Amino acid sequence: MAALYNGSSGTFLPVKEGDDAMATVTFDNATRVYPGASKPSVDQLNIEIEDGEFLVLVGPSGCGKSTSLRMLAGLEEVNSGRILIGDRDVTNLSPKDRDVAMVFQNYALYPHMTVADNMGFALKIAGVDKPEIRKRVEEAAKILDLSPFLDRKPKALSGGQRQRVAMGRAIVRSPQVFLMDEPLSNLDAKLRVQTRTQIASLQRRLGVTTVYVTHDQIEAMTMGDRVAVLKDGILQQCDSPRRMYDHPANVFVAGFIGSPAMNLMEAPVTDGGVNLGGHTVPVERDAMKEAGKQVTLGVRPEDLEVAEDGQGLAVTVEVVEELGADAYIYGSTEQKLLAATGENAGEVPFIARVDGRRPPKKGALIHLTPKAGHVHVFNAESGLRIGD
Amino acid sequence: MTLEITTARPDPALLDLPWSTPLEDWPENVLAALPRGISRHVVRFVRWRSLVLAVKEIKADIADREYEMLRSLRRLEVPSVEPFGVVRGRSAGEDGPLDAALITQHLQFSLPYRALFSQALRPDTAVRLMDALALLLVRLHIEGFWWGDVSLSNTLFRRDAGAFAAYLVDAETGELHERLTDGQRAHDLDIAQVNIAGELMDLQAGGHLEGVDPLEVAASIIERYHLLWDELTATERFEAGDRWRVDERIRRLNDLGFDVDELSISTDLGGTELQIQPKVVDAGHHSRRLLQLTGLDVEENQARRLLNDLDSYVATTDQQAADEEIVAHEWLVKVYQPVTRAVPRGMASRLEPAEVFHEVLEHRWYLSERAGRDIPIEAALSDYLRTVLPAKPEEQDVVGVDTIEMPVIARPDSRAD
Ligand SMILES: Nc1ncnc2c1ncn2[C@@H]1O[C@H](COP(=O)(O)OP(=O)(O)O)[C@@H](O)[C@H]1O
Ligand SMILES: Nc1ncnc2c1ncn2[C@@H]1O[C@H](COP(=O)(O)OP(=O)(O)O)[C@@H](O)[C@H]1O
Ligand SMILES: [Mg+2]
Ligand SMILES: [Mg+2]
Repeated sequence: MAALYNGSSGTFLPVKEGDDAMATVTFDNATRVYPGASKPSVDQLNIEIEDGEFLVLVGPSGCGKSTSLRMLAGLEEVNSGRILIGDRDVTNLSPKDRDVAMVFQNYALYPHMTVADNMGFALKIAGVDKPEIRKRVEEAAKILDLSPFLDRKPKALSGGQRQRVAMGRAIVRSPQVFLMDEPLSNLDAKLRVQTRTQIASLQRRLGVTTVYVTHDQIEAMTMGDRVAVLKDGILQQCDSPRRMYDHPANVFVAGFIGSPAMNLMEAPVTDGGVNLGGHTVPVERDAMKEAGKQVTLGVRPEDLEVAEDGQGLAVTVEVVEELGADAYIYGSTEQKLLAATGENAGEVPFIARVDGRRPPKKGALIHLTPKAGHVHVFNAESGLRIGD
Repeated sequence: MTLEITTARPDPALLDLPWSTPLEDWPENVLAALPRGISRHVVRFVRWRSLVLAVKEIKADIADREYEMLRSLRRLEVPSVEPFGVVRGRSAGEDGPLDAALITQHLQFSLPYRALFSQALRPDTAVRLMDALALLLVRLHIEGFWWGDVSLSNTLFRRDAGAFAAYLVDAETGELHERLTDGQRAHDLDIAQVNIAGELMDLQAGGHLEGVDPLEVAASIIERYHLLWDELTATERFEAGDRWRVDERIRRLNDLGFDVDELSISTDLGGTELQIQPKVVDAGHHSRRLLQLTGLDVEENQARRLLNDLDSYVATTDQQAADEEIVAHEWLVKVYQPVTRAVPRGMASRLEPAEVFHEVLEHRWYLSERAGRDIPIEAALSDYLRTVLPAKPEEQDVVGVDTIEMPVIARPDSRAD
């Protein structure tokens, strides 16, 4: 590779020959405080992204995802901390000198231009010569199964193919790092699912380090090698989707990741564990040392069993959603803060997955207990996970 | 699901539009065939009561967001299309739910860039469009609006005394902040350059662009933007004795069409050096003034032109000492209205009145130069109405240029994938 695309749509710079440059990305205490803001929008972010990794930044709107991405792209000042690409400290480099490509959230296909030109035109702005553009376009087309269409107009393509042309536009830049900010947000549900899979598998084939931003946790969990959850500018957890799902580091992550969401409730600590509706959920004694009198207990809807003996949490069934093999029940339960006094904290919503062949009826009162080893316990004050 | 309409102008007749039909299949008899830019969503124009409405089929949450964003932009008085409403809960019966619809008012006398380029053009049109778009972008950025999808397709242009005035039409990706950072502004410029290059190359591929280098024009937006941004925001330092430079700066900004609502002035410790920086500037210097004097609501350059003509009226009628508003009213009745009212009804939808007035002044200048003497405006007007205006295309609601939609939306697709 003689030249690499640099900057979000900048110019080409000659970079060292060979593809062996390690495109790791490091956020090292990276912080951004907007002028006039009272607190940082991105607060001491620390993430080390491996070469070739697909990292997804996820979190609710306003949590600092786009800011983090722009800091990496060189489009937002870093007030303290550093950003590295490979061994290079790029904190003070201009976008053009970073060798990253920001993939536009929105893109248009141009009706009078061929598919090839639609893919390659931005390289012209960067001053790449024609034969090189053609070469890269052909390579990209091969990867995207678009080779037979290169000289046609986009009108002749299907919706999915058009989507791939747009991806081709990013691929031909061949940067060290791809940055994508909610690229699917305006697609309809069906194409969104389809494209999600395509982008993820394409990224794996290309092996280009990618940072992908979304507010949609399902998108994050299905696409990322690792997922970084942000809230109010602070990194909550960065882990593989599996680990994130099984071991949420705090109450926020527990509630944010997973659909339907994890059930979270306050529960009193007892001798052998935690009391859930009169039923003791065993929790390792060591772990409970610092828990205090009360913890936040989390159970995923699929980790519950219907108890036939009236033991466990009493839930009134309000809606039954039948999905064939499974059924989801949406109900409510009374939350008793302290078993001893029976102090009532009111009704809380509760979701459980049950056997789809014999789901309970709407209006029924059922009792649920968590499957052994499938409860998540959090410190009631700090929200941090207790135990493994 | 029930149909739910949010609008600032509730009217049950809105329910009569065929909301249970996908927009793509709406019957011809409700549609107005007006040109559009390139879009991802299906967009159609409908005639409704005395208005033309633009309907865009789009997901409900995005429709709501864009509607609110357009309302905020209108409140900030930046040129943008007027939001009309959002229709949610559409359903095609058996065929399932339909996306929501965002409704905006069609901007009269607006020209999508594709329509502009399909007409016979002056060679510098592309450059004038960049000037207009750069000004729009600066105004948006001053208000703290990050656009996220700056392009010719997302801009509408109106003629403005030989130049163009740009309006924002697509706010889907926008964000509003107290103040933008340099990085956010750079990002928008970056997006602008790529989009404009693509759009112009597309025109070139379609044979609609001659003698213009798309890359050069696209790059020029950045340069024009910076010139304007610097003039509006830069800090200027000078000797304390050179106070006239304060007035000079304000005059320069006025010439550019901006009022200075707040200017910070500070001195250095020794008091030998002054430092000034505009803090709050407000576009529409000339159009506001003309509106005050005459009640005419026109674009900025048109206003500049009209005010110049008013000035020369004041001078030639020797009324410098008279009350400004009274003379302005006299000019309106004796000069402006006779010209704009002389346009036959059948030709009234070709150009806006203020643009007609501007063209008549241009025509008078042209005739005078050819004749080597001053031609009275009455003579210029009748010649203009006879030889120039009839040859102009309709521009109130321009019809008949190719309109392009390039949806990347999954829908039952007959073609193999
Ligand atoms: N120019 C700005 N000035 C002040 N605050 C800003 C600016 N741009 C973004 N912010 C704020 O920074 C926070 C993070 O924004 P952003 O990174 O866009 O979040 P996300 O992409 O996760 O939705 C938000 O509270 C947002 O309002
Ligand atoms: N209110 C309006 N007045 C005039 N033209 C409009 C209006 N709304 C949309 N259009 C035309 O429709 C095109 C597509 O609309 P846009 O909002 O940009 O859709 P998309 O989100 O799919 O890009 C625009 O380029 C413009 O030409
Ligand atoms: Mg964002
Ligand atoms: Mg658009």
